[in-house]
Amino acid sequence: MELMNKVYITNHHILSPLGDSSIENFNNLLKNNSGIKKHRRIGKDSFYSAIIDKNKGDQLFAEIGDVELYTPLERLMILSVSKLLGASNFKINSKTGLIISTTKGNIDVLAKDTAFYKDPSRAYLPVLGEKIQGFFKLKNPAIVVSNACVSGVLAVAVAKQLMQADLYEDVIIVSGDLVSDFIVAGFESFQAISSTPCRPYSKNRDGITIGEAIASVLMRKTYDATSVDVVEVVGNASCNDANHISGPSRTGEGLFLSIQAALKEAKLEATDIDYVSAHGTATIFNDEMESIAFQRAKLDKVPVNSLKAYYGHTLGASGLLETVIGLMSLHQNTLISSLGFDEMGVSVPLNIIKENHNKSLSVFLKTASGFGGSNTALILKKNSRKKGLN
Amino acid sequence: MDKKLYIHNYCKIKNNSVNLNGEIIYSDKETEMTVFLKNVYHFLGLKYAKFFKMDSLSKIAFLTSEILVNNAKITIKETNTAVVLSNNASSLDTDRKHQKSISDPDNYFPSPSVFVYTLPNIGIGEISIRHGLKSENVFFVFSQYNETVHYTYENSLIQSGKATTVLSGWTNVDDQSVDVFMYLISEKGSIPHSAKELIKLYKN
Repeated sequence: MELMNKVYITNHHILSPLGDSSIENFNNLLKNNSGIKKHRRIGKDSFYSAIIDKNKGDQLFAEIGDVELYTPLERLMILSVSKLLGASNFKINSKTGLIISTTKGNIDVLAKDTAFYKDPSRAYLPVLGEKIQGFFKLKNPAIVVSNACVSGVLAVAVAKQLMQADLYEDVIIVSGDLVSDFIVAGFESFQAISSTPCRPYSKNRDGITIGEAIASVLMRKTYDATSVDVVEVVGNASCNDANHISGPSRTGEGLFLSIQAALKEAKLEATDIDYVSAHGTATIFNDEMESIAFQRAKLDKVPVNSLKAYYGHTLGASGLLETVIGLMSLHQNTLISSLGFDEMGVSVPLNIIKENHNKSLSVFLKTASGFGGSNTALILKKNSRKKGLN
Repeated sequence: MDKKLYIHNYCKIKNNSVNLNGEIIYSDKETEMTVFLKNVYHFLGLKYAKFFKMDSLSKIAFLTSEILVNNAKITIKETNTAVVLSNNASSLDTDRKHQKSISDPDNYFPSPSVFVYTLPNIGIGEISIRHGLKSENVFFVFSQYNETVHYTYENSLIQSGKATTVLSGWTNVDDQSVDVFMYLISEKGSIPHSAKELIKLYKN
């Protein structure tokens, strides 16, 4: 096999209830602050969720674009990518790709009470892609990755594959989903929503908390002085459970196979993994499945967290958001506690991170699993800037 | 040295007809899309009760992959066959049904069996269950069939050793209209795997 180009994540940005920069987000995690709050709904029970302040976002957006031309999700995605690019020397060129990770995009426009209800085209994901592509005057059309809850992690894997195949030199990934009646009603119909802020891996966990966030990253084959927290994407795999469309495999088969394949590509062993950033949605079945898959992969003793009790489950953003927090953890040599955890509630005890603490870190594994039997594993390796190119 | 890859076989469903490798194998004049899909199911002589629970997007992906797999001269293996699908409308056909079920507070009936299909990759799950494929899978959404990304990604999965065969293509359902172009990519076949051949077969 030919020697593959190295692919790096060189810059990142997070826009969430915990801040409008990756640093602000990470600092909030260092204080174990959660973005989840109780929200009231007209005619329905109040519920817990982590929701972005849209008014603040619109004020910021007004400085760079016309608020009325873009949907709420488009505005937030454009804001995030603007900040991502603004902090870097990188210039968009003809070999720059755009990948958008989302499960439902502008699905809120299907509801009569939304500003864009009269423009049905806006519900189509390629139109969301065109709006982001057009704003940044990118030559290449957007690739939307819409693969349930693994989308954000899978988007990084897809970018790596397409960059190594030289279709693109660099890729901008932006990920996001907003909390909508559409999504909340759906998860409620599954009785999957927790009555309290979610408690991943805990004995008394009772489901997910829905959240919203935008995460974006720049992926390049090189890096420079404006790159931040550089990591190399050394392994990726995405294996289906082939078991059930809405429930995870009881044996964790697809997740286990994904981890094995990603390790093989990275030429690493389970003992080389310093930290696992897991999916940890806090549903009974997901967390249990993960514990079994991690044991099969000999990763049950490795420090692991779920960030869902800080952000809620941010769907298409979650995988990328958690990848960014993970790579910041590597560079700060800091493990973030798995908020909401009390008593071990999975049959294979995991090494859940109970308090923030320092540890020398160089490689981490990011995993996600979702509807459709999907699973994705991604292995990222810290890069020392001092030895850098350029 | 890169492996030489071929479009092993291909199948298209459009305008009420099913086309396998350039030949029409089934067509009718049914105007209701769901009935047409049921007719194709019966034509293929399938016995798979799960089919009737699927939404239309999953049904077209399922039916087309049945035709491709059953007419392939290669074995579709569990961890070696990747599934790569794309379309334009994502799962909007089902999204609209779910939205309808929550729009009227006096007639509020969201259902998990509808909601689960509000993700376009569920059809990949259905195909994976049917053929036991514990393999690479992804769902892309494009304004139209993107032969360049499809070719590059399919080729990359095989050349990087992540798969030996790729079940791939375009599966769009929108407003009673179906447009499917799916194919198997492998080291065996006669049509060379290239973006040019893919778009030619899709448009032909």
